[in-house]
Amino acid sequence: MNRLTQLALSDEGFVFDPLTGESFTVNPTGLTILRGLKADRSLESIGREISDQFEALPEETERDITDFIHHLRTYHLL
Amino acid sequence: MKKSYEKPIILKLQTGFMNKYGSTPYYSRKTRSEIDGVPIDTLVTKFGSPLMVFSESSIRRTYNEVFRAFSTRYPSVTFGWSYKTNYLKAICSIFHQEGALAEVVSEMEYEKARKLGIPGKNIIFNGPHKPFEILKRAASENSMIHIDHFDELMELEQISQQLHKPVKVGLRLNMETGIHPQWSRFGFNLDTGQALDAVKRMKHGGKLILNGLHCHLGTFILDPQAYAEAIKKMVAFAYEIETHFGFKMEYLDIGGGFPSQNKLKSSYLPPELTILPLDEYAAKITNALYENLRPGDYPRLIIETGRALVDESGYMITTVITSKRLPDGRKAYVVDGGINLLFTSFWYKFNLEIDREVPGVNEPAVVYGPLCMNIDAIDEGTLLPSLPRGARLIVSPIGAYNVTQWMQFIEYRPNVVLIGQQGELDIIREREDLTDIDRREKLPPRLAYK
Repeated sequence: MNRLTQLALSDEGFVFDPLTGESFTVNPTGLTILRGLKADRSLESIGREISDQFEALPEETERDITDFIHHLRTYHLL
Repeated sequence: MKKSYEKPIILKLQTGFMNKYGSTPYYSRKTRSEIDGVPIDTLVTKFGSPLMVFSESSIRRTYNEVFRAFSTRYPSVTFGWSYKTNYLKAICSIFHQEGALAEVVSEMEYEKARKLGIPGKNIIFNGPHKPFEILKRAASENSMIHIDHFDELMELEQISQQLHKPVKVGLRLNMETGIHPQWSRFGFNLDTGQALDAVKRMKHGGKLILNGLHCHLGTFILDPQAYAEAIKKMVAFAYEIETHFGFKMEYLDIGGGFPSQNKLKSSYLPPELTILPLDEYAAKITNALYENLRPGDYPRLIIETGRALVDESGYMITTVITSKRLPDGRKAYVVDGGINLLFTSFWYKFNLEIDREVPGVNEPAVVYGPLCMNIDAIDEGTLLPSLPRGARLIVSPIGAYNVTQWMQFIEYRPNVVLIGQQGELDIIREREDLTDIDRREKLPPRLAYK
């Protein structure tokens, strides 16, 4: 089961995990990725969305999304 | 219109814990775009990365501030530049131009000082290892030799005989002053009578003239009272020697050991709160002299402080090579200069500054050096925003003990640049290449690769 579907996300970047009671904060790019993952979208599509919305190079975005996903794993959210 | 990009970040919110990073941890960060008005980018473009940078203005300013703190309180003050703290020729020369003697502790350092043109009489020769030939040279050149042990005393008597002249010497003392660990391995212990035995031996031998006392209490001494204790004991001993043996002390050398504004890893509080201004040290030391010296008696006060004069003038510019996420969630950065260049990182937590404004909040991070060695970490717990590859991290203060204790290990040592008072940029030590490593090695022909 996708753990991320359980997360409550606010537009301001507040994240609540009802399973553990833990809270997190994400920045706008992080929020875009979280929402994309929650909706089960591919990484390529999330990357494109970020490149469309933000001033970022695709290769930088790809690298940063990978790092963000590693970070989610360290918090056991993935 | 597109929004400005911030690297994605997620941080766990923790409540109820004390904030160990000080105020506003997620937004406070330090940036440094230049050193003495020279942009970091210009320095790296011209001289590469990593890069050691020294500020001549900072060295001269600090020297004069500290010297004034003493010279405005006591009529006869001399500084000796501690070569082991930083013996790059350009750095030593700045101190010599300002009026410092050379304080050396080995044959190599003695030869370095002489090669710079410093006359023997302006060299203080300390240390436990002074091979006979260099000791003889120092004696013949009338340098200020501080005897460290009985064997050296005997050798100096032999030298006196060979040179057909009495040799003027100083005596290194160690003593209890409330500082722990007590540096009792150097010199003669005052409290047990060992130092007095040495003076008796000198008097009995009749070949040496004792004219100075020296001590060096330790390093990074946070309590100036220790110096006052040392002065009290040294002055009492000087008068005892004068009364009983007729040797008049022309100078008292209290060594160095004053702290810089670096943060010891063992210290919880920042240096601004734990380290007293050097003015306080000057006041304690000179007050102790006036309290204990006889009226009208002003032996020369020699100070050999190194770290406090040069640490803050040095910076190391590094470049982020890569970053990765550690299993514990921390961000790890690998930069191109590590413990191979920063020996003092074993006990200091350096100031880390970024060369640019980076958007986004800080997150817990580790900064590793480039060595293929697990211990190569410059900072194992800091807060940094997400740094892109190629960002520069400027590490300071690194002016003391790093360019002397750095290692030729795995990587080449980088350029060292001095920024002059008028903005001049001079390489004062060139980046190494393979010839530096190869030059001293010999390959027996039978082992040559075929």
